Amino acid sequence: MTTRSMRALSGTLKPLFSLRSPQGFVVAACHQTHKSTYTAPPARYGGRHTVTLIPGDGIGPELAKHVCELFRFCCVPVDFEVVNVDSTKTSEDDINNAIMAIRRNGVALKGNIETNHNLPPSHKSRNSLLRTTLDLYASVMHSQSLPGVRTHHRNIDIITIRENTEGEYSSLEHESVPGVVECLKIITRTKSLRIADYAFRTAREKGRRRVTAIHKANIMKLGDGLFLECCKEVASGYPEITFNSMIVDNTTMQLVSRPQQFDVMVMPNLYGNVVSNVCAGLVGGPGLVPGANYGENYAVFETGTRNTGKSIANKNTANPTAMLLASCLLLDHLKLHGYASMIRKAILSTITDSQLHTADLGGKGSTSEMVQSIMDAIQSSGPRTQRH
Amino acid sequence: MCFSTLLWGEGYDTTLFATIWTKPVLLNIKLTLVLLLSSVHLQQQGENIPPPAKYGGRHTVTLIPGDGIGPELLNHVREVFRFTCVPVDFEMVNVNSALETDDDMNNAITAIRRNGVALKGNIETKHTLPASVKSRNNVLRTSLDLYANVMHCQSLPGVQTRHKNIDIMIIRENTEGEYSSLEHESVSGVVESLKIITRNNSIRIADYAFKLARERGRRRVTAVHKANIMKLGDGLFLQCCREVASGYPDITLDSMIVDNTTMQLVSKPQQFDVMVMPNLYGNVVSNVCAGLVGGPGLVPGANYGRDYAVFETATRNTGKSIAEKNIANPTAMLLASCLMLDHLNLNDYASLIRNAVLTTMNETRLHTADLGGQGTTSEVVQSVMRVIQSKGQFTAEL
Repeated sequence: MTTRSMRALSGTLKPLFSLRSPQGFVVAACHQTHKSTYTAPPARYGGRHTVTLIPGDGIGPELAKHVCELFRFCCVPVDFEVVNVDSTKTSEDDINNAIMAIRRNGVALKGNIETNHNLPPSHKSRNSLLRTTLDLYASVMHSQSLPGVRTHHRNIDIITIRENTEGEYSSLEHESVPGVVECLKIITRTKSLRIADYAFRTAREKGRRRVTAIHKANIMKLGDGLFLECCKEVASGYPEITFNSMIVDNTTMQLVSRPQQFDVMVMPNLYGNVVSNVCAGLVGGPGLVPGANYGENYAVFETGTRNTGKSIANKNTANPTAMLLASCLLLDHLKLHGYASMIRKAILSTITDSQLHTADLGGKGSTSEMVQSIMDAIQSSGPRTQRH
Repeated sequence: MCFSTLLWGEGYDTTLFATIWTKPVLLNIKLTLVLLLSSVHLQQQGENIPPPAKYGGRHTVTLIPGDGIGPELLNHVREVFRFTCVPVDFEMVNVNSALETDDDMNNAITAIRRNGVALKGNIETKHTLPASVKSRNNVLRTSLDLYANVMHCQSLPGVQTRHKNIDIMIIRENTEGEYSSLEHESVSGVVESLKIITRNNSIRIADYAFKLARERGRRRVTAVHKANIMKLGDGLFLQCCREVASGYPDITLDSMIVDNTTMQLVSKPQQFDVMVMPNLYGNVVSNVCAGLVGGPGLVPGANYGRDYAVFETATRNTGKSIAEKNIANPTAMLLASCLMLDHLNLNDYASLIRNAVLTTMNETRLHTADLGGQGTTSEVVQSVMRVIQSKGQFTAEL
């Protein structure tokens, strides 16, 4: 959902046009009638999209490889430009290269980049740097109970929209007196209005009825008070959507007892972190939920809970669902809906088979088995695919 | 203060002695034994010396009813105490949350300084008052330097929950962190909130946590933080925890980032033993744990300082929507009063009331609305008193 306005070619028309006009942009006439503020980033050459791929650390590289494998198998018209970011280096060149690549392509798929605790505090979190530089102000995570996964709670369907660039993650800290550290939490009116507007617009687009703002305004009266005020202002412009607010501690308590009461939740950065992790835990764990970071001009997709998964790296036990569903969100963003729904359906049918569940879901399956099963499901559903 | 001086040293001896022995019906032998034992304890040098019993072996405790369900629950506590003949007198101090002045709060704080122990309901923080009016509960905690908030979440046998066998102690720094109430709007539309982490307070709370873990025979302490983002702040907290941990080789310290912690808590809460953390994470994590064991109506909380102790429900809810409807769950407040009795070294009374409350909880018929039942507060309290009476204790009329 970016606001870049260039023309785009849908992947389904690729076979027709790629042979005839390899250069420049080819306009698909049927798409011109639909006027919307959003257009997908331009397909660069022959109707294929280029997407930046940042493998990251831990389980990132292997999951990214599976995504590439799957896309190649399904003949998805997406090419990946791989940019590696070395988390052990203190220089910011790697991450700057990555940022430049994302500016160039407009869309990215990334694994989590580890933040090494041994490096000095001036070394900022690379993931945070990426989000703030590209101004990816909204982190959206849709937690849904999946049919094949057994959890303590059923019928959960919560969209958490988290402010992604300010709040407690400003990385502004100093030690004015030795032994006393001050961390600044910044809340601004502009960004609060922006995220609230995003939340209500998303709620309207997806036909949701209620937005809940999460805050701690009884203690942080000015900061979260401002956030709440902005949400109320924006809410007045969306009369069909009910707006209510809840304090973060009560929210987390309600989430573990009755999560079905929540619909769309909007909140500042830190509460968003905690609440989205609680929701991910409720629907089955970090291996299942995809996340998306949207900005004015760019979109970056990753797993919802941003885990590096160092302890299970390269063991073929990681759950590929979150990353694959994130790639489906990517395809939806690029308006390649046909491919997106095909892959998503295959993933959901694989998840229903508890034989294939990986260790995080209590099973003994391996990553490669799951991916293989997904590819089998896609092949059996009909469209032309590569031989595997 | 030596207890015997109170009785013998100030010229009250014969009068007091006469007073005790002219009221043979109400004071039983057990009480005088408790009196003697507590005087012996007082003479030992210890850090947690209960406040001196003021007159005739009875303790005075400050009672702050608060708002919402606070007043009715505290009435029930008083009822149960009177019924059980607990030697505690309550000094009630009302705090009006609608007023902007701090007089009420100052009175309450002075009363707690005088008595040393308090039992309180939550005081509402009205959003309509200007931002300069700080949260009353917060003011109380910081003025009295109640630096440790301890919450013990245990699965209760009679309560149906999705997770079983939870036994987590949460120790939360209570005075600094995000709750410093230091905010300003330097540029219009931009608000800065300061989160303060100090070395002293972090070492203090870590030390408290490890001491408590050792006393209760716990094996592992988990520090919850977000040091990958707040490197200096939470980094300092983590460093202090590690320093303190080196002095307790029998206890393992591990650390976990707060988002991972909350996710683990909802999937596998049995892995946690003792958790120590700064203020805001403590708020969230303790509420998650309370939700896991059955809700806000079941868990008591305690705030300890060097000189004072204040007891309340763990999740500090005002419960405005269920106030005065006789449907609030009195368990949390009653268990908090048991913690208070333990603190005053009236352990027998504490275990008596606690057992009665837990026995009552086993009966699903009596469960209140928050546990999915239809019982009323008064029914639960009556049942508690009946169980106490059946144990054979000398009690007042029902």
